[in-house]
Amino acid sequence: MKEVILFVSYVLVSVQISAATFFVGKGQHFKNIRSAIEYAAEGDTIMVSSGHYHEAELVVEKRLTLIGLDYPVLDGDYKYEVLTLNASHCAVIGFEICRTGTSSTQEIAGLKVQSADYVIIESNRFRDCTFGIYLSRSDHCVISNNDIQGIIKEEQNSGNGIHLWNCAEALIEGNNVSGQRDGIYFEFVNNSEITSNNSERNLRYGLHFMFSHEDKYHHNRFYQNGAGVAVMYSRKVEMTENEFGYNWGSAAYGILLKEITDSYISSNVFEHNSAAVFMEGASRIILEQNIFKENGWALRIQASCDANVIRENNFFSNSFDVSTNGHLVLNSFEHNYWDRYEGYDLNHDGIGDIPYRPVSLYAIVVERMPYGLMFMRSIMVYLMDKAEKIIPSLTPEQLVDKMPAIKSLEF
Amino acid sequence: MLRIVKYVLLDIIQNKILIGYTLFLFFVSIGLFNLSDDPTKGVIGLINVFLTVIPLVSIVFSTIHFYNSYEFIELLASQPVKRSLILWSQFWGLVFAMLLSVLIGVGIPIIIFSPTAAGFSLFFSVLGLSLVFVSIALLASVLTRDKAKGIGVVLLLWFFFALLYDAIVLFMMFALADYPLEKVMLLFVSINPIDLARVAVLLQLDISALMGYTGAIFREFLGTWWGIAYAFSILFAWATIPMLIAIRVFRKKDL
Repeated sequence: MKEVILFVSYVLVSVQISAATFFVGKGQHFKNIRSAIEYAAEGDTIMVSSGHYHEAELVVEKRLTLIGLDYPVLDGDYKYEVLTLNASHCAVIGFEICRTGTSSTQEIAGLKVQSADYVIIESNRFRDCTFGIYLSRSDHCVISNNDIQGIIKEEQNSGNGIHLWNCAEALIEGNNVSGQRDGIYFEFVNNSEITSNNSERNLRYGLHFMFSHEDKYHHNRFYQNGAGVAVMYSRKVEMTENEFGYNWGSAAYGILLKEITDSYISSNVFEHNSAAVFMEGASRIILEQNIFKENGWALRIQASCDANVIRENNFFSNSFDVSTNGHLVLNSFEHNYWDRYEGYDLNHDGIGDIPYRPVSLYAIVVERMPYGLMFMRSIMVYLMDKAEKIIPSLTPEQLVDKMPAIKSLEF
Repeated sequence: MLRIVKYVLLDIIQNKILIGYTLFLFFVSIGLFNLSDDPTKGVIGLINVFLTVIPLVSIVFSTIHFYNSYEFIELLASQPVKRSLILWSQFWGLVFAMLLSVLIGVGIPIIIFSPTAAGFSLFFSVLGLSLVFVSIALLASVLTRDKAKGIGVVLLLWFFFALLYDAIVLFMMFALADYPLEKVMLLFVSINPIDLARVAVLLQLDISALMGYTGAIFREFLGTWWGIAYAFSILFAWATIPMLIAIRVFRKKDL
């Protein structure tokens, strides 16, 4: 299949622009890639046969398509940056890029794209690179089906798997990133789409998202990242059908939402995170039809959040369903399923007749005094919560779901 | 002494309540482990049950047994047997019986269903708690002459350790929320044997990640040999000091 795609793309490219194709490798005209790049003209294609190429700091300044046959290895020998694209409409397909240099002052990447639009980076492997793919000031780029595996080092000398800075209209699809600092990093990236990626076991965040507006991310998996996923200082972000799991640790989140506005979070599954969703300064977010299962906290909503709507979610066996740090609650909870709900439904309309208060007294105590967690699962805490449920005194009065679902909701 | 311990132990083992207690522990364990596929959930469920029931049964059963064998103790006291020996043999008889119950009722299900760090820490915690509460029971019994009063006292003691203590510490924590109390809290939590046992088991479960900074301090502490030694010495102190006081009192007691 891959051969067919390569062949078709090769044919298309050659037919469309009637460009030349050069071969690099043993027994070919060009022994190394650098000479082929120098020789080639705008729009040409360079096919690289499998082998090990130690060509430090390759720079492409013209529109070229680089195709690797059977994953030729581009080795940076732990000293250099491997490949830089400075021209639009380039494509890099089917390479293995490995062993870049490490620096604490420069951002050294396996593949760097600078001020180049419409670049395609497809089906490459990145092994032990400081930064994997690094895009800056490049619009309309496609990064798909790459496999990026770093070796976990300490946070300060490591880089991100897919790093985008100041880009727009990017498509990040079907990539697999692990063992980097942040799996996917977005800063000033607008109108882009992140879909069907798998980002796991990264040192810090699976996805790190800053000042990036009107982006969509869906069908991604974020597992076992040091701190989960962080979405900060952005607006109009759409997050649907993602899976956030096993982001477990004292400062880990499924998603950290900080200063996010007008966003839509739906149909995600949050499983086994220490805090599935942590919201701080978040406004006008709709959270619906998500599943929260076996998290430490399902929702931690700081008092700085307002006008968020939390509706039709399923909450199963979380240690704390909702926790908040203030008395004023400006968010609404409607028709969620809470597995702790103990009400009844006399008219059988599927809606519990008595409202449910998802914040337990103990959650409030812990929010004020984190060391109160020492009393987790103490009988006293259980009794306290029961008493508070009957006569609420400390828990915020407005934080209530007036129409709790009796049965778990099916989507 | 061994001979007296043997008689005390034989007397207790035949006791229907003890057999019922063993069966109760056994079936609760098996039931909770079968309730879900995940054995750690079983362990979490068992924490709640065992950390209430085991201290309660240990303390009440020991007290009742002491008062019921009062005539036997009086008989022994009339023989050329040391007073301390009489009480020690009561203690060891009760301890062996309780440990046997826990071994069968808790140990076997844990070995079958959850032979993990969490499972074994639960097992050793409840073993320790049995020992501690037998010791406290004997102290309370030698201090009070009347059986009803004695049982009342031990129930109150159990209530204190299982519930009141946590309430008091929580209240204190609330009142002094403005001060950095992490280390002090650790001290307070580790002094109460039931709390110490609960935290020791929870730290083995991944739930401990929720405990954040405090949990990290505790884990760092209890994870080291010093920490383990500390936890053991606290439990050891709770098991021996009340018993030593009881011996002192019993030596001079007018039977």
